[in-house]
Parts: sequence; structure tokens; C-alpha cells
Amino acid sequence: MYEKDGEKYFVVDTHMHYWNAAPDNWVPGAEQFAKGWIECFYGYHGLGPPETRWTLEKYQKYTEEDLMKDVFDEGHVDVAIFQPTNLLEWYKEGFNTTERDAILYEKYPGKFILNTSFDPREGEDGLKTLRHNVERWGCKGVKLYTAEWRQGSRGWKLTDPEAYKYLEACADLGITNIHVHKGPTIWPLDKDAFDVADVDHAATDFPHLNFIVEHVGLPRIEDFCFMATQEPNVYAGLAVAIGGLMHARPRFFAKVMGELLFWVGEDKMTFGSDYAIWEPKWQVEGFVDWDYPPGAEFDDYPRVNTATKKKILGLNAAKLYGIEVPAEYRLDAGEGTPAAPDDARLVEQV
Amino acid sequence: MSTALVDSARVLRALAAVRDPELDEPITSLGFVASCTVSTDGHARVRLRLPTYFCAPNFAFLMVADAYDAVSTLDGVRATDIALEDHFAADAINGGVAARAGFARSFEGEAIGELDKLRADFLRKAVLAGTDLVCRPLVASGVEPAALVTLTLGQVPPSRALDRLRQRRAELGLPADDGAPLLIEPTAGTPVAVAAVPLHLRKARATRVGVEANAGICRGMLRHRYDTRGEGEEET
Repeated sequence: MYEKDGEKYFVVDTHMHYWNAAPDNWVPGAEQFAKGWIECFYGYHGLGPPETRWTLEKYQKYTEEDLMKDVFDEGHVDVAIFQPTNLLEWYKEGFNTTERDAILYEKYPGKFILNTSFDPREGEDGLKTLRHNVERWGCKGVKLYTAEWRQGSRGWKLTDPEAYKYLEACADLGITNIHVHKGPTIWPLDKDAFDVADVDHAATDFPHLNFIVEHVGLPRIEDFCFMATQEPNVYAGLAVAIGGLMHARPRFFAKVMGELLFWVGEDKMTFGSDYAIWEPKWQVEGFVDWDYPPGAEFDDYPRVNTATKKKILGLNAAKLYGIEVPAEYRLDAGEGTPAAPDDARLVEQV
Repeated sequence: MSTALVDSARVLRALAAVRDPELDEPITSLGFVASCTVSTDGHARVRLRLPTYFCAPNFAFLMVADAYDAVSTLDGVRATDIALEDHFAADAINGGVAARAGFARSFEGEAIGELDKLRADFLRKAVLAGTDLVCRPLVASGVEPAALVTLTLGQVPPSRALDRLRQRRAELGLPADDGAPLLIEPTAGTPVAVAAVPLHLRKARATRVGVEANAGICRGMLRHRYDTRGEGEEET
């Protein structure tokens, strides 16, 4: 929780990691990719405030103690949601697998929500693993990388028949939150991997699933916005938007927030620190203090108030994941309903 | 005594015409040109760099190929050596461009098709973003948004933003002459109806914000990755 000026914020970090990218975990023969990957992440890290930066050595492999301190003791986070990133081709034990995240999930009851992942190209075996993970850990969400290249396949789409089998399984198993990574990626080489049209179709066909597009579709924010405004069950995951822009490019950050608030709306935006890319502390504190800078160019964006920030920092995600929010953190009557699809305004004319 | 026909300043000017197709900015001002030299006998050597090791290889290929075309066709350039550095696909890209192999052959088995459609998609985004750049000052100066549909390109006061918008439209084969309407749909090239103007302008602005936010992130990461300035790099 975070308290400022008498206002209490319940914080759900919807997008964070517990990775090991140190040389001891690099797959022989794939060292340049393993090294390149974490150095690429480290580049993003450099967009945070200088006093929050780590050494590359610590960044490659931080400890359980680091995570608990950075996220909960100092980072104001009440509940943190693990999003796995497997990358088993480059990292021997994977970069940040469901199994690795589960170590902390099991050790600290109530602190974490454990999401898993699937790849429809794994067929029946993958479905079995998905069922197993839900039975074992009660996963309610998945993180998907549709652009991942795999054994001659150049990525997949949520609308593929195989993917629909998995989405149907999610609906049966009680997985309700589908986090889709449409952000920067490597493969496929020759297509525009950021296309969000498949999310559009899947969201229509699976109205009881929530689709959270991570990194707000960066670098294609506009395509995401034009799609999300038409789908009541599509949400904007703010990981990277806050961490990558709020400090480094405050004016662009204000415009990105303005666009998201206009097209998607404050009921459908969720905070994610993307830890350990950045620590949550400065992001939570900075966002609570944030408002548009002065200037006519920001005048016609929707305004923000404390209720807006409470929803984005935690109440929307708490609703999506069924997290009980203590009474003192909830909104007062008349301040709206977090994550309410009906409140989302369809922008089809201005 | 022989005088070189071409010097590094001229090569750099040629490189300034090469754009990052995604960010719609010259590779020079973005800081992507790590070095640019020309020997007295006309051998041009250019080294390019990007914000990350994993920047999308399709865009990287386009930039290296465009840089090769821009430099190798200059009068006085007798040999061209263009190479991308510090990138996971550098060997495939550099080898493919030097061999004039095209994208699909350079990434045999991993890529199908060339990149023309991708380039056109991003040019359309550039047209929309450029529409915001041109229209915003007009609206601020008192032009009613609905009145924008009556304006032609020739009636808009000259500016760099207008030149750029015309150039992008022309590249796509969209109307770009003085008599062409200021507001057009960037896919079909048809005029925008009055009732659709507010949403068209909103989309134009969102597109511009998206492109600029990307460019901001790319510049920030490039600066974090390299502590040297690029040839022709401009601060923003």
C-alpha cells in the first residue's frame, strides 16, 4: 500500500519477473543471445532515474531478498503478479519460468499471483501442462508471446484453431486473464509482429476472458488504441509505458497517458513495474504525483484524479484477479467501478 | 595531384536521406551512424549502430540496404563498405546487403517475401502523423477543424512539416500536388468527409504520439548503450 496526502492506494503490480540471466545459466552455443537479451533489458533499465540503477552483474541475477525488499518492503506493492518468460533455447533453466516463479509463490502465501504460459504449437502435451499448472498452483492468468519463432514456425496468432483450443481450455479451467505480449520482439523476421488484429477477434469470440495487451502495444500504441476502444474486454497493461517514459521522456509519457485515457479509459488500464527492469518504488510514487505538464497540447485529454490513479495502480487489477481489497482502499460512492467493461466508452466519433 | 570527388560530408548528407522506416526520422539525426569516412581514392566506409542488440532485423535490413543505395550511387564513390555493428543478425544483414541479395535470400528459411508492404504500412503511419503536425498549428491559429476539408495542400502555409507530408504522400503514390486535399484517408487516398474530421484528427494525433514515444525510447536506449555521439546526431 501507499499513502500520500491522506489518500490510500492499494497497489497490484501486474507484471513482474524473477529471472536468472547470469552466465552460469547460459546455454552453450547460445551465449551471444543470452548475453544480448539481458543487455537489451539493461538498456531499458537505463531509462529509469539514475539513483535507481543497478550494476549489470546484479541485474543479471538478483536475489530473493532483493526482490522481496524492492517490491514489497520498499516498493509499496500489496500483491505482485508473476509473468513467465521461458526462453529455454538460451537459458539452461529458462529465463523466468513458471517453475522458478513458483518457488517464491509457495514460500510467501498471499504475496504473489502466479501466472503461467502456453504455446499452442505444443499441441496436446502443452494442454496437459497447462492443466497441470492450474491444478498445482491455481493459475488464473497466462502470458503469451505470439511472435515467438519456433522450429520453423514464424509465430502464431490468437485466432489460429490450435490457439482457440487453448483459449477454450482456459475458459474451462478458470483462467480468466490472457496477457498478450505485442511489444518489441525478434522473430518473425518478415512480418509486422505487432499486429493486434488477432486480439480483436479473440476478444469478441471469448467475451468472458479478459485480454490485457502488455506494454500497451508499444511500439504500435495507436493500433492498440483503435482496437481496444471497440472491445469491452481488452485492457492496457502499462508495464514499460510508465517505467520507460515517465522519467526519461515526461512529455511523451503525458501524451501516451492522454491517448490511453481517451481511447481505452481509466477503468481498463493496469499498472505493472516490469521488475526487475525497473523497481516499483519510483514508479508508484511518481505516478501518484503525476499530472499533465502545462501546455495547450494536453488540454483535450481526459483529466486524472485520485480515483483514476487508484484504479490504475491496483483496483482494476484486483477486480480482474478477484483480489479482496480492504475497505479503506476502495473507491467512495460515485467514484466509479474499477475494471467495469460497461463504463468503457467506445470512441467511434468525437 | 588528384582531388577527391567525394568527402565524408557529402556521404553524410546522402545518409541523411535514409530514414528509420518505423520512426520516420533520418538515421543520422537518430544517432545511428557510428562513423562515416571516405578515403582519397573514393572508398566509402560507414558503420551503423542501433539502440539494442535485438532491434527488429527487418527494419535494420531496410536501413542498411537504403544506406548502401544512397552511398554507392554518389559520384566519385568507387567502393562502398556499409556494415551494421553489435546486432544479433549483423552478419546476415551485412552479407545480404553487400551481395545485393534482398531480404528473403539473406534470411533463407526464416523470411518469406520482401519488405515493401511493411515499408508502405509505415509510410501510411507517417502520413497520418504528418497530418497532425500540419493541422495542429492551423487549428491553433483559428481554423475550424471542419474547414480543414476545404483546404488543399497549396493553400496551407509552407513549412518543413508540409514538405515532409507531401513527400510521404508522393512516395505512396497518393495525391501530393497543390490542388490535392489536405485531409485524405492514407490507404485509399480519398478525401475525408466533414463528419469524419474529428476522429481522423484524433487518429492522426494518436499515431504521431505513438511514433514520437517510440523514437524517445530508442534515443534513450541508444544513449545508454553508447557514450559517443553519432555522425550528424541531433538532440531532441
